[in-house]
Amino acid sequence: MSQQEIDQLVDQDYKYGFVTDIESDTLPPGLNEDVIREISTRKGEPEWLLEWRLEAYAKWLKMTPPDWAHVDYPPIDFQSISYFSAPKKQGDGPQSLDEVDPALIETYNKLGIPLEEQKMLAGVAVDAVFDSVSVVTTFKEKLHEAGVVFCPLSEAVHSHPELVKKFLGAVVPQNDNYYAALNSAVFSDGSFVYIPKGVRCPMELSTYFRINQQNTGQFERTLIVAEEGSYVSYLEGCTAPQRDENQLHAAVVELVAETDAEIKYSTVQNWFAGDDEGKGGIYNFVTKRGECRGDRSKISWTQLETGSSITWKYPSCVLIGADSVGEFYSVAVAGKKQQADTGTKMIHIGPRTRSTIISKGISTARGQNAYRGLVKVLPGAVDARNFTQCDSLLIGDQCGAHTFPYVEAEEPSAQLEHEATTSKVSDDQLFYLRTRGMTEEDALNMVVNGFCKEVFQKLPMEFAVEAEALLGITLEGAVG
Amino acid sequence: MLSIRNLHARVGDKPILKGINLEIKTGEIHAIMGPNGSGKSTLSSVLAGRDEYEVTDGEVIYQGQNLLELEPEERAWAGVFLSFQYPVEIPGVKNIYLLKAAVNAVREHRGQPELKAGEFLKLVREKLKVMQMDEAFLHRNVNEGFSGGEKKRNEILQMQLLEPTLALLDETDSGLDVDALRIVGEGINQMRSPDRSVLLVTHYQRLLDVVKPDFVHVLAQGEIKLSGDHTLAQRLEREGYEGIEAA
Repeated sequence: MSQQEIDQLVDQDYKYGFVTDIESDTLPPGLNEDVIREISTRKGEPEWLLEWRLEAYAKWLKMTPPDWAHVDYPPIDFQSISYFSAPKKQGDGPQSLDEVDPALIETYNKLGIPLEEQKMLAGVAVDAVFDSVSVVTTFKEKLHEAGVVFCPLSEAVHSHPELVKKFLGAVVPQNDNYYAALNSAVFSDGSFVYIPKGVRCPMELSTYFRINQQNTGQFERTLIVAEEGSYVSYLEGCTAPQRDENQLHAAVVELVAETDAEIKYSTVQNWFAGDDEGKGGIYNFVTKRGECRGDRSKISWTQLETGSSITWKYPSCVLIGADSVGEFYSVAVAGKKQQADTGTKMIHIGPRTRSTIISKGISTARGQNAYRGLVKVLPGAVDARNFTQCDSLLIGDQCGAHTFPYVEAEEPSAQLEHEATTSKVSDDQLFYLRTRGMTEEDALNMVVNGFCKEVFQKLPMEFAVEAEALLGITLEGAVG
Repeated sequence: MLSIRNLHARVGDKPILKGINLEIKTGEIHAIMGPNGSGKSTLSSVLAGRDEYEVTDGEVIYQGQNLLELEPEERAWAGVFLSFQYPVEIPGVKNIYLLKAAVNAVREHRGQPELKAGEFLKLVREKLKVMQMDEAFLHRNVNEGFSGGEKKRNEILQMQLLEPTLALLDETDSGLDVDALRIVGEGINQMRSPDRSVLLVTHYQRLLDVVKPDFVHVLAQGEIKLSGDHTLAQRLEREGYEGIEAA
């Protein structure tokens, strides 16, 4: 082979090397500008979005991963990750539930999930006559009548480009943090929700109904805009355990609430937590932030975090409008060798802004649970108020609970309250309930559910019931 | 019904029960009286299965089975009930939720069908009436912020709902005012049945004026020092425990 030929070959590799097979559904591992171009091309995105991604990528390159969280994991090799997987086609997954891990099926049964839904969750190819298809259709018609837009972000890029362009990155800037920057560069898909002025969304919006988007992937991106006087309740996630090939998950969620608007965002996160040694579990590095832009607007985050081997997540509220309200209700469970560093940030800017933080951390086995919260009151946030309550519950003596509350008050009229408790599930409590006929496990569940009550009450009814069941399953084997 | 033979138990290195012998026949009410620290509460706790007590010798036969081998919940399923001297608070758990879970757990193991919400509510309202408790009780967290009297009434309410075969009532009269004492006493009397036995642990005679026991035993220093009928309680009230212990 001549030198010229070799040069050509090298050139060619350089130019196309990362993708040779157009038919392939997944890009080979690695991240560079060409990968980002390829993602954008495959998704058929407009030029401006590609530019936006590249801009984010350039910023990401100059950043370093955060190291302040109370979590411990080996450095991530970002070049070993594949950044694009095409949505799975029918027939790719298992052909029937018989091919699915029996442990997973057992858990579905415990949660009382109907057979058809089990198939969907496990990625089994489902028939076109699947009942819920008609449910989804009715659902979409109703939303359409109300003028609500609820679709995959990738679809909104084409159907509502002006809105996406206006709000994408408006709350979480590209370079907000390392993982947000990465997400901005390579985000896969997610939800787009737009509630027009004065509209009360006629139903809870659940990612569950977005079934055409099974494989939203590891870099999910969601944008919710509530115009003046509107209301929406959004449910994310699923109580059923979700397995995923991708270890690193870095999602971004942005919320915008205009004057008198209210957004209620509920999450149940149950990603694979790894084995007892923490192996194979998901790293969940999420950036969630909402802006209460208008007066009297309100944003509530409610979350139940049971899965993932590492959770790094701080759903936050920026309270700009006068009298706006931010809320954070959280239950985070760390068992096995799980590590959770989660909390919230409440930034008070407008006068008389109010925020409430109720955080319940449960640690079992060798789990490490940290609450990290910031309450910041800027000058001019006259009479701003915050109430923070952090409760930790320990089960067993090898786990840990940590609280890192930060307060920065620059407005003398602000009133901030902080309460924190740490308790153990007492032998007295368990014995009392057992003498009433409950097994040790049922007794523990009852105590733990009682501990979480204030948060579960904030979840939509059906979700709350599932959340309790999920918590029970999560804590199986925590005593005895 | 219950046969306690040479029962020895300790906490850590400290022996508390030093050879208890007691026969309780079906339908009988036995009162265990004694000074503080005599081992009264230990006895009821050991019978209910609290694991901080270690049984070092002896046996307890309940309806033909070795009671000490059973887990606390298995004892409950078998019809043993312990009314706590200090009922435990369960924050965030509504009383009605505990009551319903308890009733259905026990029913399940007795081969009875689970009570539906409506059926349960009907039953619990009946029992609330007996205990002169307001329905608001059901919606308060278990024992949280309850007064001493409310806690004890709540215990007897649970006993009424669970319909045990053997009821162990540990200092159920402590912390009660006169009216509450009467209500609790009547609640216990109402449960008197030829199929049910009761072991009443108490420091004072006053509850025994309302609930008349068939037998009274005096427990001191981990042993039963004296047994008799209900008149023994009156004698204790007059003479105090010191006289008995000396005898």
